[in-house]
Amino acid sequence: MSVLLTAVATLGAIGAGSAAILYMVSQKFKVVEDPRIQEVQDALPAANCGGCGFPGCASFAAACVKAESLEGLFCPVGGQETMDQVAAILGRKASVAAKKVAVVRCSGTCDERPRLNLYDGASNCAVAAALYGGDTGCSFGCLGLGDCVDSCAFDAIHINPGTMLPEVVEDKCTACGACVKACPKDIIELRKVGPKSRRIYVSCVNKDKGAVAKKACNVACIGCTKCQQVCPFEAITIENNLAFIDDDKCRLCRKCVPVCPTNSILELNFPPRKETPPAPKGEETTVTA
Amino acid sequence: MLKTFRIGGIHPKENKFSAGSAIQPIAIPDQVIIPLSQHIGAPCQPVVKKGDKVKAGTLIGKSVGFVSANIHSPVSGTVLKIDKALDASGYKRDAVIIKVEGDEWEPSVDRSQTLVSECTLTPKEILDKIAAAGIVGMGGATFPTHVKLTPPPGTRAEVLIINGVECEPYLTSDHQLMMEKTDEIMVGITIVMKALNVQKAIIGIENNKRDAIDLFTQKATAFPGITVQALKVHYPQGGEKQLIDALTGRQVPSGALPISVGTVVQNVGSTFAVYEAVQKNKPLVERVVTVTGKDVKQPCNILSRIGIPLSNLIDVAGGVPESTGKVISGGPMMGKALASIDIPVTKGTSGILIVPTLEAKRKAMKDCIRCGKCVDVCPMGLNPTLLMNLTEYEVWDRAEKNSITDCIECGSCSYTCPADRPLLDYIRLGKGKVMGIIRARKN
Repeated sequence: MSVLLTAVATLGAIGAGSAAILYMVSQKFKVVEDPRIQEVQDALPAANCGGCGFPGCASFAAACVKAESLEGLFCPVGGQETMDQVAAILGRKASVAAKKVAVVRCSGTCDERPRLNLYDGASNCAVAAALYGGDTGCSFGCLGLGDCVDSCAFDAIHINPGTMLPEVVEDKCTACGACVKACPKDIIELRKVGPKSRRIYVSCVNKDKGAVAKKACNVACIGCTKCQQVCPFEAITIENNLAFIDDDKCRLCRKCVPVCPTNSILELNFPPRKETPPAPKGEETTVTA
Repeated sequence: MLKTFRIGGIHPKENKFSAGSAIQPIAIPDQVIIPLSQHIGAPCQPVVKKGDKVKAGTLIGKSVGFVSANIHSPVSGTVLKIDKALDASGYKRDAVIIKVEGDEWEPSVDRSQTLVSECTLTPKEILDKIAAAGIVGMGGATFPTHVKLTPPPGTRAEVLIINGVECEPYLTSDHQLMMEKTDEIMVGITIVMKALNVQKAIIGIENNKRDAIDLFTQKATAFPGITVQALKVHYPQGGEKQLIDALTGRQVPSGALPISVGTVVQNVGSTFAVYEAVQKNKPLVERVVTVTGKDVKQPCNILSRIGIPLSNLIDVAGGVPESTGKVISGGPMMGKALASIDIPVTKGTSGILIVPTLEAKRKAMKDCIRCGKCVDVCPMGLNPTLLMNLTEYEVWDRAEKNSITDCIECGSCSYTCPADRPLLDYIRLGKGKVMGIIRARKN
């Protein structure tokens, strides 16, 4: 019996002693965290996608709390609503940014862009791009091996098996920019969603001279400057035989679309063209890019 | 006793079909395409313009920066244009396109076949001539030779190693060159020895080229300091670090150059080019190319001018066989599949390999079974399966710690993998990324 008592007493004493040491240590090395960091983090979408430029939601929350103003800090996934909440928690002015969406700037389907050789290596765009220009005559266009699909945390981009080009699901796309970084050909761009999801953009990144580009792909931008000439808002610039529409300047007048000789300028979610356009109504949101 | 390197390595089937086939000339076509980037380092700046008349041997591209090499016109004619053209890189890059008219050479070039063995130039003058002639490593890596022969301050070369290994299966261009230009190569070796101020040179030749070993052993008796060493057939023995290990037992530390262990390695083709440049004033405008493959009618070794389309060379070998599935520039292990056979021969084109469809198709990738075969065969002592995974998941800091930049891209891991994993494809990608990160950090 005394053996049992000794054991209980000894263990009890060790336990009490350890508890006392742990308590003192925890008091001594206590880390006081700003409770607002947790509050901000709770308001964030917890996607940890890195779209804000920080490794995850926790570090973005810490950065928001630490920063003097929210200027330049924006969560593309949560959007304006989330940023308003964050601003309310911190009692600061919310940063404002237009909602963006990923667009794929290549329309080179199998019909438009004939295959000249067969790629049989590792099924990865980055590997293929390191080896050669691609299986068509266009060395700028989409390789169709889906690095963008692998990079998307929101299931918002898929390869269309018919065209072998990626398509963005606008409802799911959060404009985190993961696919933009993943694409070795820099084909994907984040553009303003636009009023009623209406967008106009040049769906090509080919910088070859016109004749070479046209030979490789029927819908390549040939840098002919017709769109630039017709644009009333100076929104179109042409560099290295390639047109680019600045979405800050573009007023969606659609004048550039019909003048493009190769149909490389795409208009999305617009009502059908008529002499007098009817009042716009809601359109389907899946984007074919 | 045959020597070889200590770590890893494989022995693929040799298939040297074109061995013993005499080097034959090829007709110059009406038009040649000379890429302005035929070497590792900065591309050349063109010094000709549209409409200029050039002769064979005229400088057309001037090297910019230290690691770069001059490019000369291989033909006489008129410059048609300077435009983008597809080359072995798989991308369109700047090239000079020349319309061929006759075959007139620069008067300074000595085109006679007489052997000039006397060289009275100083090491500095030799290096200047090599740099002017635009000589690069002709084993395939195309590193500018004059840079290699200029040891960095504080280092000194003790031994010159001549690489006559040709460990790639199928290729025989170096072998045939060694058989036909033995005396010229021996003189070339003495010139390189003089430039480096070394007294000792070792010629390493694999044992599947007995005739070349015997020939060089016999010739070397007249040259004090030059010895010939037969090597066990073992891939990738032609890799610099492997060859140094095999011949001298010295191991080049990770990230260091061969000069850190007192050695400089030169390919036999480059050594022959040095002879021609220094003794005959002839710039590097032609090279020996092996055209081979299982179904090729006449596998052969062709002396081709730079800029001739590969399709012309294939025609000499009997045309593209019907069974063709893939055309590779270089050997089957380190060569690169081509997107087109209209690309031109460049300074680094050691061979054209035509693979039949049955062998061309890569098998579907399966899951890694952790057998460790890739680790066993890696001649650099790396862990290829780990490096592939780190690349896939973009863990660049760990890839760097695991020495991804030491990979020599020999392909032994992919060759041996029972699960058919594209190990080298990924490692090459990761190596490029990590090297970029290291460069960015240095700046």
